[in-house]
Amino acid sequence: MGTLPEMPNLNELSFDPKVIKKDFPIFSQNRDKPLVFLDSGASSQRPTSVLDAMDDYYRTTHANVHRGVYALAEEATNRYEAARLKIGNFIGAPNPSKEIVFSKNSTESLNLIANSLGHGYLHAGDKVVLTKMEHHANHVPWIMLASYLGIKLEFIDHDEQGRLILDNLDQTLDGAKVVSLTLASNVLGTITPFSQIAQVAHSYGAIVVGDASQYVPHMPLNVKELGADLVAFTGHKMLGPTGVGVLWGNLKTLESMPPFLGGGDMIADVRLESYTPNELPYKFEAGTPPIAEVIGLGAAVDYLNNLGMQNIANHDRAIMKIALEKINDRFGDTIKIYGPKDYKERSGCISFSFENVHPHDISQILDLHGVCVRAGHHCAKPLMRELGVAATARASFHIYNDEDDVDALVEALAEAQRYFS
Amino acid sequence: MQGLEDLYREIILDHYKNPRNSGTLESPPALKNEGYNPLCGDEVTIYVNWDGDKIADIKMAGQGCSISRSSASLMTISVKGKSLEEARGVIKTFKSLLSLADDHETVEIQTNEDLRALGELAALQGVVKFPVRIKCATLAWNTFSQILDEIDATI
Ligand SMILES: Cc1ncc(COP(=O)(O)O)c(C=O)c1O
Repeated sequence: MGTLPEMPNLNELSFDPKVIKKDFPIFSQNRDKPLVFLDSGASSQRPTSVLDAMDDYYRTTHANVHRGVYALAEEATNRYEAARLKIGNFIGAPNPSKEIVFSKNSTESLNLIANSLGHGYLHAGDKVVLTKMEHHANHVPWIMLASYLGIKLEFIDHDEQGRLILDNLDQTLDGAKVVSLTLASNVLGTITPFSQIAQVAHSYGAIVVGDASQYVPHMPLNVKELGADLVAFTGHKMLGPTGVGVLWGNLKTLESMPPFLGGGDMIADVRLESYTPNELPYKFEAGTPPIAEVIGLGAAVDYLNNLGMQNIANHDRAIMKIALEKINDRFGDTIKIYGPKDYKERSGCISFSFENVHPHDISQILDLHGVCVRAGHHCAKPLMRELGVAATARASFHIYNDEDDVDALVEALAEAQRYFS
Repeated sequence: MQGLEDLYREIILDHYKNPRNSGTLESPPALKNEGYNPLCGDEVTIYVNWDGDKIADIKMAGQGCSISRSSASLMTISVKGKSLEEARGVIKTFKSLLSLADDHETVEIQTNEDLRALGELAALQGVVKFPVRIKCATLAWNTFSQILDEIDATI
């Protein structure tokens, strides 16, 4: 996990979001108002190079992978496997050809993990530790396991700024067989002290799972330094296509895990009443994979690498700082901002609410200004319940967002507040 | 701002800021049903005191946006004191207003007179132009409708 500068400044960044916008065709479509897209936390936009990579693949190279012996099928397989290596190298995987498993999205990666660990590794009474700020994708699969396997769930708590409380960490992690938590909260923006928790969890022999869905799009990630055994992330939040997710795991852990879905590609041999699973990573990739999407995700990784993840992280910080300052300056006590107050402790998004304006109404009025934000529970209902709200509004950022977008947000919010006052 | 007035009529804002029949009824004896909008987390609880012939009292509680709260508030006013049959009629009219009724159930709302007869409920018509908000407007009504089914099953 890289180190980031103290005081980044949007004007001193190595790239200009206004120039970046030109790479993303969605911003040049004809509209009444310019698109102010502040919902990349839900799903980012994608650059032309990603669209082209997928289009070119379908036009010139499509055939099913790992099956045909003809040249076309071989070329399709080559492109698919090249993307695997690229994505593996992007997160510092020591053995990218074996450790990168493709799924449909983070949700499927996390379900794969829970299901697989639920067949043999976890037993009734075993302890699985989560946090109270997990996305439903890293919460419901474990609740499901608890209901049919009888595992026990425990939770690392957080303070009123959404920072994990590590005081009782040893007590909580003692005896845990799995510790699964997010690297960055999709509601609070909190960057969690993941590596520190992983180290303690490992000292108790737990398997450590990281939900990197909101982290990978914004910050450099190196799985060799992270301390996780398994990591999940999703293509469509990192400038890639929908329909492709990633599971990274270290060889030891992946090898110990039984397959999740059964079918073609995941077997080495099948007899009438038994099967032998294929080698890694194919044992976890049953059926025809999302070939074009994997290739598109490879192109997204090229695009991110080209800008440099450290530069992207600097931009993330700079925009976070400016947005927090401008929102606080303009709305003071009339707005409630959730999560850490210090911009250096957060990434990607700002969730907020006004006392008298419901998030739905905020987002409706913002929409009329061309400003897209998310309103809702952000797939984190337990956290919402704890915050005492049914919903919040959330503005989330990516490399194409600049100070003008923040200004448009602030102006539109002021209008919403006026309207309902 | 263009478009906004269609959705946020004054009546809607008034019912949002000062919801009528807000609160709870002791249950039992009151019938009670909870509704959720899984998309956005909005929640509503409807309480009905049924005296054997009509809705003697109705209350609504929960959290929601201006559309869902005002729609619930308007609903309570328009069904309070109504018989089962009449309350079902109000629901049909409401659904017709939002173009949600099945063909055979659609109540014609054509003339201004028809609209006037709807009273304040007509303020919700603007929601039609904002399809994502229709779920907000219907939450309380669907929740209430299930209570009517429950009443129906007992008589
Ligand atoms: C932290 C986190 N985990 C998991 C997910 C699930 O991602 P997907 O819907 O692509 O499976 C999301 C997306 O909203 C997320 O923010």
